[in-house]
Amino acid sequence: MSPQTVIFSLDSLAFERDDKLLFANINLAMSSGEIVQVEGPNGCGKTTLLRIISTALSPTSGELRWHGQPVTRCRLEYLQNLFFLGHQPGLKQSLSPEENLHWWRRMNTNDSQLGNREVLASIGLCGYEDVPCYTLSAGQQRRAALARLLITKAPLWVLDEPFTAIDKQGVAQLEQLLMGHVARGGMVVLSTHQDLGIDAVRRISLPLMAEVS
Amino acid sequence: MWQWFHRLGSPRWFYQASGKWLPWLSLLAAILLSVGIAWGLGFAPEDAKQGNSFRIIYIHVPASFLALAGYYVMALAGAVGLIWKMKLADMVMKSAAPIGAILTFVALVTGSIWGKPTWGTYWVWDARITSMLVLFFLYLGVIALQYSYTSQDAASKSSAVLSLVGMVNIPIIYKSVDWWYTLHQPATIKFTEAPSMHPDMFHPLLVMILGFYCFYAVALILNTRVEILNRERRTRWVLDMLLNSKKGSS
Amino acid sequence: MGQGFSAIFYRDLLLAFRHRGEIANPVIFFFIVVTLVPLGLTPEASRLAQIAPGILWVMALLASLLSVEGLFQSDYRDGTLEQLLISPQPLYLMVLAKVLVHWLITGLPLTLLAPLLGMMLSLPKAGYLPLVLSLFMGTAVLSLIGAIGAALTVALRKGGLLLSLIVMPLYMPVLIFGANTVQRAVDGFPVAGPMAIMGALLAVSLLISPFATVGALRVSMHG
Repeated sequence: MSPQTVIFSLDSLAFERDDKLLFANINLAMSSGEIVQVEGPNGCGKTTLLRIISTALSPTSGELRWHGQPVTRCRLEYLQNLFFLGHQPGLKQSLSPEENLHWWRRMNTNDSQLGNREVLASIGLCGYEDVPCYTLSAGQQRRAALARLLITKAPLWVLDEPFTAIDKQGVAQLEQLLMGHVARGGMVVLSTHQDLGIDAVRRISLPLMAEVS
Repeated sequence: MWQWFHRLGSPRWFYQASGKWLPWLSLLAAILLSVGIAWGLGFAPEDAKQGNSFRIIYIHVPASFLALAGYYVMALAGAVGLIWKMKLADMVMKSAAPIGAILTFVALVTGSIWGKPTWGTYWVWDARITSMLVLFFLYLGVIALQYSYTSQDAASKSSAVLSLVGMVNIPIIYKSVDWWYTLHQPATIKFTEAPSMHPDMFHPLLVMILGFYCFYAVALILNTRVEILNRERRTRWVLDMLLNSKKGSS
Repeated sequence: MGQGFSAIFYRDLLLAFRHRGEIANPVIFFFIVVTLVPLGLTPEASRLAQIAPGILWVMALLASLLSVEGLFQSDYRDGTLEQLLISPQPLYLMVLAKVLVHWLITGLPLTLLAPLLGMMLSLPKAGYLPLVLSLFMGTAVLSLIGAIGAALTVALRKGGLLLSLIVMPLYMPVLIFGANTVQRAVDGFPVAGPMAIMGALLAVSLLISPFATVGALRVSMHG
């Protein structure tokens, strides 16, 4: 397979809510080793677009394609190859970071050999493995959620504002992670207002759409 | 493409087509209802046991029929909207809910008025009245769900799911209420059932039932037309139509 | 296949254990009503015995109604519901796991405590076994049906009363068969028939309810 083969694509995606068009005609073709940053002002539908890519929402028209096949036909295969981190970190507040990693790992089939404690230590949560998440700071909670990046083997990462609340050192570490993933042939779609310290980022921007006339 | 056709084509087509049927259907409903009422109230013979008070069945029975049938109309429209993503079906579902609820309410009120001379009290936990009351709650749930979502799409989908669940449950509810009632049946007058009624009483009832069906159709179409205009108010064809009608009137 | 089921089952059980205080809520509610009924009606054993089956069943229904609201709420708020919906595991089973945990922490304790409460309301002897058996199955049906309502209203800020309105008519057959099974047993009639119907209700709701719940959850994500 040549590196230029399109693996994942968005095919004239549109989303409207109550006859108000949020965005339309979004096209994107991704091959392995690419990072795409979704840009646009607040309220332009970045989160919605990423949630559509995650299949949590379904588009009004248009399609997601995985290896050329519509995702509606190969949903299970697509979900096995997808990693999604949404606006909310998806952590249970009264469970510890380790317990949170544990249930998440069992719910997703792409599982690596790394142990939960190793993973949490390398993301900077050494010593916090066993405390309930509600005692952690916002940045630490974000890290606990991002720890999943270290155990997932899914090639397509979809991250909604992953840099929120984490410190400079954490940002650098996350950028390292993203670059490593891309270097191994993975793909990343993310939304952020931050300027990434990574070269070769493709950008797609969502303009604010007016109401449909 | 096919979906697109449905989304934009259907409500407009329905609006224009229904405009042509509506006068005829309304006329038919008016004729049937006035014939049925005059016949039932004026000419049908008195009931041997209940005297004139039985005549309320000419309203009560058709209303109860349509209250139940209306729920199925609503649920099926909801199913069509869910499966084929047809916006017109969503609008029909939303319009059918209040009509059905009002008919259920009418059936409840007439039933309880009828209860006063026959049972000596306005409310009896009779199997049919209880089933009607449950049906009324089912309608209220769908209506309340419709209005509590801010997004119309989510409202349509969730009330469609609810009305489908309700449709599966209605036979179970009716059966269980019947069973419950036979256990606790108090000593009351047993009514003559509709099929064993005297033909002179039964024929006007038949006319009334037909009339109610037509009336239901008229009410549903009218309500759906309002809903179509409301939701499509920004589209070109609605605006054009409004402009034309203004020109015509001035 | 069962991985998603067990992951959610153990997680929710662990969460329930972390919030031990909340587990007691339906049971406390049960006890409060049982104390209030004789005070409001009569302390006379014979009259209490007459209404005990109905009162116990109505309370079980209300207790289930009160607790089912939170079934998906915290998952929706913290984003774990999203993770659930996009995990490559069968959603039917994961929803079933959540409902099972809900039943284990509300329906089962009520079932086990029912004989004690029946005694406080001077339930006649013949009623105890049917009471426990009918509650055992019936509370499971209540949890399954309640899950549909909870899923439909999870995205709404004030879903509480609406949830009751939606779910109450659907609960009716369970109440009728449950309470009357006990009543018939007390009156000395055979109860195999209504008990079998209760089992049938459980089977049907096990089949249908998780599907409806999954559909409702997907709709709620668009809310």
